[in-house]
Amino acid sequence: MALTENEIKELIIGSIPDASIEIKDLMGDNNHYSAIIKSKVFNNLSKIEQHKLVYKSLKGKMGNELHALTITTEVKK
Amino acid sequence: MNTENDIKKLIQDNEVCLFMKGTPESPQCGFSMTVSNILKHLNVNFKGINVLENQNLRQGIKDFSEWPTIPQLYVKNEFIGGCDIIKELFENGELKTKLTEKGLIAK
Repeated sequence: MALTENEIKELIIGSIPDASIEIKDLMGDNNHYSAIIKSKVFNNLSKIEQHKLVYKSLKGKMGNELHALTITTEVKK
Repeated sequence: MNTENDIKKLIQDNEVCLFMKGTPESPQCGFSMTVSNILKHLNVNFKGINVLENQNLRQGIKDFSEWPTIPQLYVKNEFIGGCDIIKELFENGELKTKLTEKGLIAK
């Protein structure tokens, strides 16, 4: 089962409420996305920790229902 | 065999160790190919571990790193990141700096 853009957004917001998220469906197949996620919670975290927070918000779907999500994280000012 | 010990041994024995789908010569996934090509471009000697050949390793490395995706790059026992982070570090020059400092870029 693929995830829609909105489902991905809701999952991320569920864990990172202040996140601003820009998602692109790269191939129009509900399966390859890129997301730019900005949040204050990323402040003072390493890139690995930032990406782990995003993966955690996706509750195990990454690598399963969600095949490919390119993640870019930024600290929200 | 204990997968966690196998992984520890792999990242200890190989200074630059890339867990990937396929091999550096013949990657089986675009993300693995990207990281493999970046390392080749930087003239880094690295060991590519094909997780598709070993299901225990494929799941084991995800648990070990607490990271849900492949590829995963380890440098001197340290987890550096997956494809997105490696790309970012390559584009901003930090990857080259880091590898040069550690003496891992072939002259």
